[in-house]
Amino acid sequence: MKQFIGFLRKEFLHIFRDPRTMIIIFGIPVVQLMLFGKVISTDIQNAKIAILDQSHDNITRKITSKLLSSGYFVLGEELLPGEDVESVFRQGKVKMVVTFGPEFEYNLERDGKADVQLLADASDPNTARILTNYASGIISDYVKKEKLQNIQLPDQINVEVRMLYNEGLKSVYMFVPGIMAMILMLISSMMTSISISKEKELGTMEVLLASPLKPIQIVLGKVTPYLLLSFINALTIILLGVFVFGVPIKGSFFLLMGESFLFILMALSLGILISTVAPNQMVAMFISLLGLMLPTILLSGFIFPIQNMPLPLRIVSNILPPRWFIVIIRNIMLKGTGIMYIWKETMVLIFMSFTFIALSIKNFKIRLE
Amino acid sequence: MISIQHISKSYKDVQAVRDISFEVQKGELFGLIGPDGAGKTTLMRILMTLLIQDEGKATMNGFDVIKDYKKIRNIVGYMPGRFSLYQDLTVEENLNFFATVFKTTVSENYDLIRDIYIQIEPFKNRLAGKLSGGMKQKLALSCALIHKPEILVLDEPTTGVDAVSRKEFWEMLKKLQEKGITILVSTPYMDEATLCNRVALMQKGKVLNIDTPRKLVENYSRKLYAIKSKEMHRLILDLRSYDKTDTAYAFGEYLHVTGKNDEVEASEFENFLLKKNHTKLQVFDNEPGIEDVFMDLMQE
Amino acid sequence: MNEKVIEVHNLVKKFGSFVANDHLNFDVYKGEIFGFLGANGAGKTTAMKILCGLSAPTSGDVKVAGFDIYKETEKVKRNIGYMSQKFSLYEDLTIAENIRFFSGIYGISPKDRKAKQEILLKNLDIESAKDSLVGSLPLGWKQKLAFSVAIFHDPKIVFLDEPTGGVDPITRRKFWDLIYEASDRGITVFVTTHYMDEAEYCNRVSIMSEGRIEALDTTENLKKQYAAKNMDEVFLKIARNTE
Repeated sequence: MKQFIGFLRKEFLHIFRDPRTMIIIFGIPVVQLMLFGKVISTDIQNAKIAILDQSHDNITRKITSKLLSSGYFVLGEELLPGEDVESVFRQGKVKMVVTFGPEFEYNLERDGKADVQLLADASDPNTARILTNYASGIISDYVKKEKLQNIQLPDQINVEVRMLYNEGLKSVYMFVPGIMAMILMLISSMMTSISISKEKELGTMEVLLASPLKPIQIVLGKVTPYLLLSFINALTIILLGVFVFGVPIKGSFFLLMGESFLFILMALSLGILISTVAPNQMVAMFISLLGLMLPTILLSGFIFPIQNMPLPLRIVSNILPPRWFIVIIRNIMLKGTGIMYIWKETMVLIFMSFTFIALSIKNFKIRLE
Repeated sequence: MISIQHISKSYKDVQAVRDISFEVQKGELFGLIGPDGAGKTTLMRILMTLLIQDEGKATMNGFDVIKDYKKIRNIVGYMPGRFSLYQDLTVEENLNFFATVFKTTVSENYDLIRDIYIQIEPFKNRLAGKLSGGMKQKLALSCALIHKPEILVLDEPTTGVDAVSRKEFWEMLKKLQEKGITILVSTPYMDEATLCNRVALMQKGKVLNIDTPRKLVENYSRKLYAIKSKEMHRLILDLRSYDKTDTAYAFGEYLHVTGKNDEVEASEFENFLLKKNHTKLQVFDNEPGIEDVFMDLMQE
Repeated sequence: MNEKVIEVHNLVKKFGSFVANDHLNFDVYKGEIFGFLGANGAGKTTAMKILCGLSAPTSGDVKVAGFDIYKETEKVKRNIGYMSQKFSLYEDLTIAENIRFFSGIYGISPKDRKAKQEILLKNLDIESAKDSLVGSLPLGWKQKLAFSVAIFHDPKIVFLDEPTGGVDPITRRKFWDLIYEASDRGITVFVTTHYMDEAEYCNRVSIMSEGRIEALDTTENLKKQYAAKNMDEVFLKIARNTE
């Protein structure tokens, strides 16, 4: 036990003495969260739109003012019937054109049907989709409230499920779980794999191996400090999410922390596994960044919905631990569900942790290669 | 104390160690002498249980290097070829760390390291990475000794270290030997061979010869001349062009020269060189050193 | 032997309050083999970096190959060669590729390069290995090759930083044959080493200790001055005196 404590003390000294490590551990999470939350936010604000109102009646005017007062849109141009819609787009003046059919109110009252068309500039497909989503949301909201049924909305509008739990369509709600998964994954795996491969690179591992230290002591000694630090990280991210971005925690806080702990453990064992194959720090860093960070961003459902991916990528995403963790956090934080609804995902993470631990112990060499 | 029987080890396409056998007695200071690539490090790593040999058997204090590796790791102190301490920890932190790793404390075995540690103690709060070469070496030795090992294995401890620090280091080893520690040390510096009780001369994975430094020199059978003149480089070239010369190599201020056979007399060299207009010429019989022995064995 | 190729007057280099080079004064002549000795941390590396134009002195006048070290750094670099034990050649390039690369740096025309390359390969007796990766060569070959490449552009001075570490005694001596040849061609050789017997091969040696040059003379004179049998003793006496 004394051996182990001695080892831990050394690890903490390494961490606290290296400014780069400190920055990675405590700086990056905050910066990332701020970046994704504020700057790279996919929320649309003040997007210029054009209105082509062929009816100019009570309802179309109300809908228009609703759209423009939502904060998402500003009026870029008012078009007259017969004006060339395409040229407006080509000049890049507006991102979307909302066209109300002729005799909108009359049609609506008589047939319960009226035409509104949302034309979006799909050269930027993401923005286009978000714009049409927002607009159709606002229109259908208005229609619901005014108890006007059966307005025929454009076909391409489909209101996504997530709107149910994120009425404001705030992307930061989506990003907080994703960033948490990404940062924990990255820091836990990368830092442990680097700190172990560093000893290999500098030759100190040779001395450790030639000492009576057991492999399990070396591994635990490496993991424990990062387990603590990552846990602090998880807390920081959640606190920032709640107090800076107003993300709710509808479910149990303890369940959330418990699941985070499990995820950190999984990531750390993955880090050790990486270090057993990486001969030096550079390779460890490469594997962590390319092998973990990119797939986490692209394939875990963090940014791009998994159900929209082609089948092969969907299959790949299943072996990514963050994919399961993101589902878990979203459920706990945004939906407030309990363990009953996420036990499957939890089991997957437990299974992964054990696999990685088993593999790393098997791979950890008691001798030099 | 150390027993090596027919040890061989290859990496991919290089045979690093070929069929090496020898024994080191308790309390002996044994040297592995040879250039880079001789197989010294590989052999030491096998003994340190860090590598597994392809063939042969080796024991340290009776423990098998493969089966009983855990026991060996408790009784052996090791200093690898590269400086292998934590550069971002202080002198004291390094020492404490290695003490706890070996389940002991600095104070418990302070007697053993006192003479060495006392020299770096004034810098105990300095980061190990900021120490000079000689001090790093003393710290590494202190760390390797902290658990009072029965055997000390040192891989090229004096490489790249200046002559003064080297001399001090060997004095420290002698003192440790007096305390009953068996020491296996490797070095590429031939002159350090004379400081060992016995040495194995190694080259390209093979042992050329094993003996006491004195016997090795005594067994050198050839006649060796030391030759000097005012123009040393021309002297080498001229001697090499002489048909009675076998080898002519620079050794400090003299050349060491052997004839094609032992009948070649000093006067023959002298006459030849005088004809070549060499001035301040000195030619005399010379006692060989380990380096002469090594070079002679290399050429066989 | 009277043309000065290195002139150092009152060279001082400080790092903060630490004086790495304390008023160094020495000259090195054309074609000379100059041994630059000293204990670890005595300030050899610092001085060598300054002479190679890699670091500026705090004060003092330094001329290398006739050029001022402050103002004509580029010209200095063009006229010197450098080889150290740690880095000299790219291990993942072949011998010919390395030569082509270094020729390119020093602006040697392809025609000259080809001619010189042939001589080099022939001298080292490695014509057959022209297209082998440097990494696959034995250490002794690498060092000889590295030296030959360092003087490929016929510099006035070549700096050798512990060039013979770790090689066997025969290879080490063969390496010195190359140094002598370069010196015969008029190239000044400025060399550091931990082998004291190698100090004897130098025309003159300087011994540094704690940032100062404590002794500078021919080995013969130094041995007389310190009443020592060999350079090893001279070195030890100087180092012990200043402690």
